[in-house]
Amino acid sequence: MKKLRMVVAGNGMVGHHFVDQILALSTDIELTVLGAETRPAYDRVHLSEVFAGKDPKDLSLTSREYYKEHNVDAHFGDAVVAIDRDNKSVKTESGRTFSYDKLILATGSYPFVPPIKGSECKECLTYRTIDDLGEIKANAKDAKIGVVVGGGLLGLECANALKNLGLETHVVEFAPGLMGVQLDQGGSKMLRRKIEALGVTVHTSKATTLISEGDDTKLRMSFADETHLDTDMIVFSAGIRPYDQLARKSGLEVGERGGIVIDYHCRTSDSDIFAIGECALFGKMIYGLVAPGYRMAEIAAQQFVDADEKPSFTGADMSTKLKLLGVDVGSIGDAHGKTADSICYVFSDEKAETYKRIVVSADGKRLLGAVLVGDCSDYDTLLQYYLNEIDLPGSPESMILPATDGSAAPALGPAALPATATICSCHNVSKGDIVNAMDAGCCGLPDVKSSTKASTGCGGCAALLKNIVDHEMEARGLEVNKSICEHFQFTRQELFHLIKVEEIKSFQEMLDKHGSGRGCDICKPAIGSILASLWNDYVLQENHVQLQDTNDTFLANMQKNGTYSVVPRVPGGEITPDQLIAIGEVGKKYNLYTKITGGQRIDLFGATLNQLPDIWRELIDAGLETGHAYGKAVRTVKSCVGSTWCRYGVNDSVGMAIHIENRYKGLRAPHKLKFAVSGCTRECAEAQSKDVGVIATENGWNLYVCGNGGMKPRHADLFATDLDDQTLIKYIDRFLMFYIRTADRLQRTSVWMENLEGGLDYLRQVVIEDSLGIGEELEAQMHHVVGTYQCEWKTTIENPEKVKRFRQFVNSNASDDNVVFVEERGQMRPANEVERQKLIAKSA
Amino acid sequence: MEKAKQVVCQTQDLIPNSGVCALVNGKQVALFYFPEDDQPVRAVSNWDPIGQANVLSRGIVGDLKGRLVVASPLYKQHFDLKTGECLEDDQAKLEVFPVSIEENLVLWG
Repeated sequence: MKKLRMVVAGNGMVGHHFVDQILALSTDIELTVLGAETRPAYDRVHLSEVFAGKDPKDLSLTSREYYKEHNVDAHFGDAVVAIDRDNKSVKTESGRTFSYDKLILATGSYPFVPPIKGSECKECLTYRTIDDLGEIKANAKDAKIGVVVGGGLLGLECANALKNLGLETHVVEFAPGLMGVQLDQGGSKMLRRKIEALGVTVHTSKATTLISEGDDTKLRMSFADETHLDTDMIVFSAGIRPYDQLARKSGLEVGERGGIVIDYHCRTSDSDIFAIGECALFGKMIYGLVAPGYRMAEIAAQQFVDADEKPSFTGADMSTKLKLLGVDVGSIGDAHGKTADSICYVFSDEKAETYKRIVVSADGKRLLGAVLVGDCSDYDTLLQYYLNEIDLPGSPESMILPATDGSAAPALGPAALPATATICSCHNVSKGDIVNAMDAGCCGLPDVKSSTKASTGCGGCAALLKNIVDHEMEARGLEVNKSICEHFQFTRQELFHLIKVEEIKSFQEMLDKHGSGRGCDICKPAIGSILASLWNDYVLQENHVQLQDTNDTFLANMQKNGTYSVVPRVPGGEITPDQLIAIGEVGKKYNLYTKITGGQRIDLFGATLNQLPDIWRELIDAGLETGHAYGKAVRTVKSCVGSTWCRYGVNDSVGMAIHIENRYKGLRAPHKLKFAVSGCTRECAEAQSKDVGVIATENGWNLYVCGNGGMKPRHADLFATDLDDQTLIKYIDRFLMFYIRTADRLQRTSVWMENLEGGLDYLRQVVIEDSLGIGEELEAQMHHVVGTYQCEWKTTIENPEKVKRFRQFVNSNASDDNVVFVEERGQMRPANEVERQKLIAKSA
Repeated sequence: MEKAKQVVCQTQDLIPNSGVCALVNGKQVALFYFPEDDQPVRAVSNWDPIGQANVLSRGIVGDLKGRLVVASPLYKQHFDLKTGECLEDDQAKLEVFPVSIEENLVLWG
């Protein structure tokens, strides 16, 4: 029998998903893929992450090799330009023809650029492909101001990209509000407020009439209301249009406003041609999200299975949850409350800047829709109520009202979900699929993920999936393996508890009582850290030496060539001229590379092991002490200059920062800790990106917790407001000790918070209301650590036996001949491989 | 007559369950000391073939699935102290040297 020849036009996310579906059917189909872009399918949803440092390569969903392995004849950078329906063949841009038995159109969409005079200039760009990103990046290089036209989902994504590129960013929207499709007026207003607080200027109800040359800027946008806006570049993201030209030219039925018309089986008006994704029009609607596109791909693929009943596409849920410019936004079902007789409940908190609205059926039993801005923690639960038509509780408003008197909103546990409940909407995985996969032998989260593909799309369901898997594991009597490593069958939290309750003072004692083997580089530092948090012994004490990472062993940070960096503590970033001179003299004497750190102190690089004690002796003589930059410990407390000097400051932020830094310096924790104190709401110390952030108010201090910069930035949560000095310290004491007690190994406070059952509210109960009755104990523990502080470097240089440890060789005074430096910009740096070979050869 | 063995250092220069570095015939050698073991000293080259620096003596030692290992302080790969093999990368291998203890001396060979 002759093989079925199938051509897929388009290799975006949906086109690729279709190919994967066909390959999974393992039917005898000869597949040809023709993509317009030069690269195989990639993840368009996370495009803006490229500007936050993600490698474009990491976005790819497939590769040429993958297609080759699976005998798919794939061509990229050669778009289909014509369909010859009579001869059943397609023609590409380069002039090649491919004949087909079945043709799948997955041509996607293109960004809509409104017909505005001047919009064809080279500083006017669009935002859809990786190539577009390159253009935006190139243009941003010599631009100061950037405008995004379009305040929808993609527009705001794009605004984030411009902001990440360091541009003064504006969003211009034609409609009166942002994200008009997904949000009601109240939600849209709150979103605007939050986005503007992040420094993005929003202009709504603006119709651009002309783009011309600016006076001091490259461009000027003129609006219908006779106002104007100067900018250096413009990115259009005002919606998408289905790419349906191919269908149009070949006489397939298309919608009035575009889109290739398809039926329940994703078939076009030609029964041998299918259309899926954003180019397809189903029920007068274009589905501009990836999940419905995937669904279409699956339905279309199923049509080639020999079965009596073929599945149908019947529309798709357009609920969505995402983070725009760091703001959580969620929209479910009928967000605008258009259903007749629907009732709606709204809760808006302008202080915490959150907005929640639910739309409920007339009888109060069903959830019809919801809008969430600023806090999406209820999204998963609400979505399950909506999708599975679960009966709402007697008072539906409890779903969105903040917990008072300790009664949290009714959570929908994994057990309450029906088997049909969709957990992962990207890959259409239901709870039943997950349970089946586990019945078939999947054990643990990674297994379930690779088998069902759940949570491998947008990742929005990760927390829910983990809950279900854990619940199912427990229900099956399987233990969820949370052990830290092969030597201890305990979590970090359990280890902490054992060490505390049994007053264990050394690793060996712990290993003898509760472990096996010798230990390893996972459990040794983890237990070393717990011992330090609890008993605060000198870390280089005989029985603790073997536990420490090299940074802790040598009280300095190892750099790539095996040398170390030295960071003296500069509390609050306040430093005297004499101390500056002392640091400068040490840098000069030992020929160290010096750099200012992000935490307002000075880093000295390139010290060899044997130089460390001498360097520290000089620093300590000048009144400096160790900065613990090498430890999983409290690092810095950054501060702005505060009310002492600043015209706007309302309190002494430097004084408070120094007080806090001196209190917690040296505190060992599961991971490093960074603090900041700002003297007013202008927040120059960036306290909201820190583990502990303090911001002065007219009435005291606002405390923020669990923020993070780094790889995965997280805005800190506002924990308590208008605190006096004493209460502030009390809360920080309790917060830190509770974190140290309960966090996993190497878990930053941000991730700890994301995983903390009950979240921020629970943490408030523990710290503020002392719901566990451990408040005083936590404070006492902190008191002990504060009271037993020592400068580890001072202790070390005073002990000749410890200083011996810093010899490069135990049997020679030679130095490491592999450590060689070259000069750059007036300072030394490690030689690179080529330079090093040359230098070593020369000296030999 | 058997040639006298070269003395590397004294046992008091070693650190229990941890490493130090010695210079032997111009070569950097990482010495690890396990006082309780039948063979209490292990010697491998100090050069980390993956991190490209002389640092292995400063790694944490332990065991993984019964193999005595040191973890590179740079990128945390594990090297078997008995064979020099890298557990994560079969291209990378350390030189292993015979050493022994007599009285309070660490001897080469």
